[in-house]
Amino acid sequence: MKDVILQLDSVSKTFDGKKVLDNLNLEIGRNEFITLLGPSGCGKSTTLRIIGGFVKPDSGRVLFEGKDITDLSPDKRNINTVFQKYSLFPHMNVAENIAFGLKLKKKSSQYIKDKINYALKLVNMDGYEDRKPDSLSGGQQQRVAIARAIVNEPKVLLLDEPLGALDLKLRHGMQRELIKIKKEVGITFIYVTHDQEEALTMSDRIVVMNKGIIQQMGTSKSIYDEPQNAFVADFIGDSNIIDGVMKADRLVEIQGAAIPCVDEGFGRDEPVDVVIRPEDLVITQEDGGYLKGMVVSIIFKGAYYEIKVRVGQFDWVIQSVNPAQIGSMVGLTILPDNIQIMHKPHSEDAKVEKLD
Amino acid sequence: MVEKLKNWLSRFYIGIIILFMYAPILVLIVLSFNRSRSRVVWGGFTLSWYQSLFSNAQIMDALWTTLVLAFLSAFAATVIGLMGALGIHAMRRKNYQVMMAFTDIPLLNADIVTGIALMLWFVRFLPLGFTSVVVAHITFNIPYVILSVMPRIQQMNVSLYEAARDLGANAVYGFFRIILPQLASGILSGFFMAFTMSMDDFVITYFTKGAGVNTLSTMIYAQIRRGIKPELYALSTIIFAFVFVILILVNYWPGASGKRGRGEQDY
Amino acid sequence: MKKNKTRNSRVWLSSPYILWIAGFTVIPMIMIFHYALTDKNGGFTFANIAAIFEPIHFKAMVFSVEIALGCTVICILLSYPLVMALRHLHMGKQGFTLFILIIPMWMNFILRVLAWQMILSKNGILNLLLTSLGFEPLSLANTSTAIMIGVVYDYLPYMVLPIFNAIADIDEDIIEAAKDLGANGLAVFCKIIFPLSVPGLLSGIVMVFVPSMTSFVVADILGGGKLQLIGNIIEQEFTKNSDWNLGSGLSVSLMIFVLISMAFTSKEDSKGRRESAIW
Repeated sequence: MKDVILQLDSVSKTFDGKKVLDNLNLEIGRNEFITLLGPSGCGKSTTLRIIGGFVKPDSGRVLFEGKDITDLSPDKRNINTVFQKYSLFPHMNVAENIAFGLKLKKKSSQYIKDKINYALKLVNMDGYEDRKPDSLSGGQQQRVAIARAIVNEPKVLLLDEPLGALDLKLRHGMQRELIKIKKEVGITFIYVTHDQEEALTMSDRIVVMNKGIIQQMGTSKSIYDEPQNAFVADFIGDSNIIDGVMKADRLVEIQGAAIPCVDEGFGRDEPVDVVIRPEDLVITQEDGGYLKGMVVSIIFKGAYYEIKVRVGQFDWVIQSVNPAQIGSMVGLTILPDNIQIMHKPHSEDAKVEKLD
Repeated sequence: MVEKLKNWLSRFYIGIIILFMYAPILVLIVLSFNRSRSRVVWGGFTLSWYQSLFSNAQIMDALWTTLVLAFLSAFAATVIGLMGALGIHAMRRKNYQVMMAFTDIPLLNADIVTGIALMLWFVRFLPLGFTSVVVAHITFNIPYVILSVMPRIQQMNVSLYEAARDLGANAVYGFFRIILPQLASGILSGFFMAFTMSMDDFVITYFTKGAGVNTLSTMIYAQIRRGIKPELYALSTIIFAFVFVILILVNYWPGASGKRGRGEQDY
Repeated sequence: MKKNKTRNSRVWLSSPYILWIAGFTVIPMIMIFHYALTDKNGGFTFANIAAIFEPIHFKAMVFSVEIALGCTVICILLSYPLVMALRHLHMGKQGFTLFILIIPMWMNFILRVLAWQMILSKNGILNLLLTSLGFEPLSLANTSTAIMIGVVYDYLPYMVLPIFNAIADIDEDIIEAAKDLGANGLAVFCKIIFPLSVPGLLSGIVMVFVPSMTSFVVADILGGGKLQLIGNIIEQEFTKNSDWNLGSGLSVSLMIFVLISMAFTSKEDSKGRRESAIW
């Protein structure tokens, strides 16, 4: 059993008659880097704001080190937040911003000074003590916001799309730095993002959310390789998601072709969702694969070609290191291991049973 | 629990302030329906002041003067102020600051000082009368226009104008099609502020008007000792109700200002 | 080059305004100084300006400063809770606040002051209410308290609106960030909201302090003619005593006093006011 620092127990929240969180249960371990991932409106930000104390759940409890903190106001929680819009205090310079929480805790001025120096070094901003926030770039402001939160030595740091407002190149740099900072301070990070690539590169564990419900939890690898439903498969990476029918254990029929797979335990002739990653499809001679179709487009993406092959009504997306001729007929084949079979959801909001 | 108490306290306090702001207005509205001419005795309900109001040439005259004065001075102040603000904005830092300091003079000076200074000038060079009042009102209105237009000019996208010129628009076309629309809200609020200030002014009008010119304010002031004509309560009530309805329409007309609180963004 | 040319030609747009300032701001100021520094026969004198120290004038001046200071402080004390309450209840920026504060301005200003006279007078509405509830009647008519109520009533909107605009602009995220870092309600107000409202506060002070010093109509009506502000004295010199030189001299003294007392706000204020002009 892992060391749980924070626990959400059957948390629900409704805004204006719209259910934003529906009976959410989540356990977060000490020193974990956990990411809440999902499209906007999925409930991830609300979850974070409930943990931070800015939103009260309609029902359910928030437990911090086993104690119920559901009704505790934000200023009394040993949790700090890095906000999406940085939210630095515009009338204070960088040093005053960082000192804000420490001064409220009546720390000695020497302690505060040391902490500011340490934190600014940690985020690579030493020398900026006297600058006003509006004279800093977005990336610099975000570093200050991180420093401002970390000096309070929170046990949990909440990060609400902290890189969302930065440009792509800066974002990659900051991702690496966040991981470095996380290692250095050794506290729990709860990170919210809608950017799946960010989630996959940084997190120990990812919680995929949609419509207020946890769709899947697991490591980056398990979420990417074994999505449990069509939503997760669609949201994480590029996928071909297509209807299929289980003909028997380890045999699925897609577009009329029977293809061996590794999944067992489905009903005979049960309709299923089939997920195949573009990099797992292999282009063969016209008659060399399970499926046969025509190349309709090809785009060079640098490391690979993205090729679309039309089979019946469906355009398969394939990543391949070799080009193909538009208009030519090709075959598609795939290893049984790379086929992911999922039950059809009973309704749109169907829950996924917890795997771990 | 605490949240509920806070909400209740907030509402209660706002209620007190509203009561404070509207108590005198309520008194005046009640008086406009009072049959008795006395200010302290209730003589029964009547609408007769509303009827006699429109046949009272003196009051109608003052109303007309007030409205024409407010419109003329607000309009002239808007034109001069808008051009002034555009010009000042293009000035070097030093000149910009000097001009803004001059703009502050009528705002910083007490009304009575502004009124007297203008009066001393007028009696030498310009006969006191309607014209002198218009000039005086334009003078104290221009700063309000400049102060509401200047922030908009600072936010304005100058490159749009330059792009329009680059594409062959002449200066006049560029001004009316590119610059004006960007400044519209500032110009409009400047105009209405000037209009309101002009309508509400007493002191400066009092010193700069000649004999025979009366606005509602100066007429009411002259009547304080003899007793206010009840028709004036009726007129004030009409003006008040008119503005009240207009502002309600502007603010609460569906779609006029579609602003909603937080919570819509991202859950 | 081209940019510079359009810039320079744009400066010319302000020429009507510059002429207007010269004609109707600068020359009148010269006129008032001219009258202030001459006697009835046209000879140079400082007597009109020094006249502010004559007991009757000085008393009015001191009373004016008392009223103006009191009015400013009361307006500040009334404004902050109101603004915080409005923010707390998420009252929309434009709509409601404007409503409750601007609309009364459309009832004629002198009539509103007269209405206060009716409310506060000996047999007035307030006393009627008090006696019917079993309290002792108050004798507020013709007191400095009545004048104070009048000026506070009149100038409160000029304090509330700039403060409201400054505070309404504060992003909710910043408040949340402060709470997140351990600030309770009081600390959030003292360390975040109040400092960020200072530009609005300063412009409110300028807009309330100066007019409330000279509001001679309010003093006339609510002070019963016995209590005189410096504005009343100046007005009488022009209307009753026809001593324009003395009236101008007292005006110049007033102007100098205002300039000195407002000098400390002007720098910070100029930015704030520009952003928080009344609506």
